Amino acid sequence: MIDLLLEMFSYMFLVRAVVVGLLVSLCAALLGVSLVLKRYSMMGDGLSHVGFGTLAIATAMNAAPLTVSIPIVVAAAFLLLRISENSKIKGDAAIALISTSSLAIGVVVISLTTGMNTDVCNYLFGSILAMSKSDVNLSIALAAVVLALFLLFYNKIFAVTFDENFAKATGVKTGLYNMIIAFLTAITIVLGMRMMGSLLISSLTIFPALTSMRVCKKFKTVTVCSAFVSVICFFIGVVISYVYATPTGASVVIVNIVAFLLFWATNLTIGRIKK
Amino acid sequence: MVIACQNAAFGYEGNTAVSGLNFTVNSGDYLCVVGENGSGKSTLIKGLLRLKRPQSGSVLTGDGLLPAEIGYLPQQTAAQKDFPASAHEVVLSGRMGARGIAPFYSRRDKSVVDENLRLLGIESLRNRCYRELSGGQQQRVLLARALVATKKLLLLDEPTAGLDPTATADFYELIAKLNRGGLTVIIVSHDITSAVKYASHILHLRKKQLFFGTTADYLNSETGKLFVGGAYSD
Repeated sequence: MIDLLLEMFSYMFLVRAVVVGLLVSLCAALLGVSLVLKRYSMMGDGLSHVGFGTLAIATAMNAAPLTVSIPIVVAAAFLLLRISENSKIKGDAAIALISTSSLAIGVVVISLTTGMNTDVCNYLFGSILAMSKSDVNLSIALAAVVLALFLLFYNKIFAVTFDENFAKATGVKTGLYNMIIAFLTAITIVLGMRMMGSLLISSLTIFPALTSMRVCKKFKTVTVCSAFVSVICFFIGVVISYVYATPTGASVVIVNIVAFLLFWATNLTIGRIKK
Repeated sequence: MVIACQNAAFGYEGNTAVSGLNFTVNSGDYLCVVGENGSGKSTLIKGLLRLKRPQSGSVLTGDGLLPAEIGYLPQQTAAQKDFPASAHEVVLSGRMGARGIAPFYSRRDKSVVDENLRLLGIESLRNRCYRELSGGQQQRVLLARALVATKKLLLLDEPTAGLDPTATADFYELIAKLNRGGLTVIIVSHDITSAVKYASHILHLRKKQLFFGTTADYLNSETGKLFVGGAYSD
């Protein structure tokens, strides 16, 4: 086991990928608790599709993927938030609309420029090789910002997640904090997207939260537990992906599924014993 | 005067839900807002909380009441019913409005929370999971949250919906006790029997203001006689 890990981490690209991946899974898990409880689970999914579109455009323009993706995905996150708050198009329909549109635009841009090749497959399902050195530095910096903001706004995020109307009525600037949640989610999605794949990245926000909600009873414990679950699942997923040469994103999701089932079974057993 | 409406009208996207509102709530009053479904009660609540601007007229606050100093007990949403949070976390979130931009709660915030948990007799629920509490216990937790937010005015939106008769009676007694302690209460309810039993004033809505005055006057008015007599009961 130790030998295997030493062998893995003798590859610099794997070290980079694991460092960024661990940070992204941590951020995603923390935000995911709020997203799932606010019924915004599909937001991550919608944003990752927007991310796919922007990756395609960035590649076509020969630009750095992160610098193109981040502003556009953040803008899309604010747009989704506004639409779900005020418009006659309901949130879930708005997300479906935006995500399929960006997917379509991305596919057309790709087929007009590079053509449909393995790149497309990598965008959709992720690649561990996606991280360059400069990407890693930017990713670590951004992930640190996301973590810091989350910790700083933890209490506000709880207040707007549990009861937005009450928070607003007692003078909490709920609009601002919703925007912060959307902003942090957008950054996290973009950072994790190329490694996990745009079709799979939203699982990082949803699974750990749902998994820890099976067992935990407090918001704080749910948050802490999902952070641990997410980081551990990511690590196991990467090792499995290395050993069996399976795609990284999909392997991480499979480990998350197993964790979810384990927690669910634990909860059922505890319930039985109590009765 | 704590809060008052002058010729106020509220609505959604151009449609007026309720208009012609003229009433004044004084310190220590217990006002019950009654009316059928769709009579504009919930819209009025949003207006009083400044979540919605009046289409015409105005909402005034007095006695140094800031708009953010209204303790609010909203109707429960479906999302809250399975929310993983301890009662303590929920009540503590009531202090958030008073925190402003400061990110963490102070020791004082926590002592106010403990005080109010004691006041409502729910200290034992402190570390229990909110979603595992009974309906009546959940309402007490939300009431504690409203009370830690402010001690000036309490606004309750259908607080006994979904409670069994015993829990409903207990809850009304609790509110009456708080009111006798000097808290101004505005309560929106279907429950006309409890309304006339506990309230000092009644506001009756049906798209517009049908009646506003003391409970005794209401019982002698045409509107009151019809409504309490059951002709409009639902």
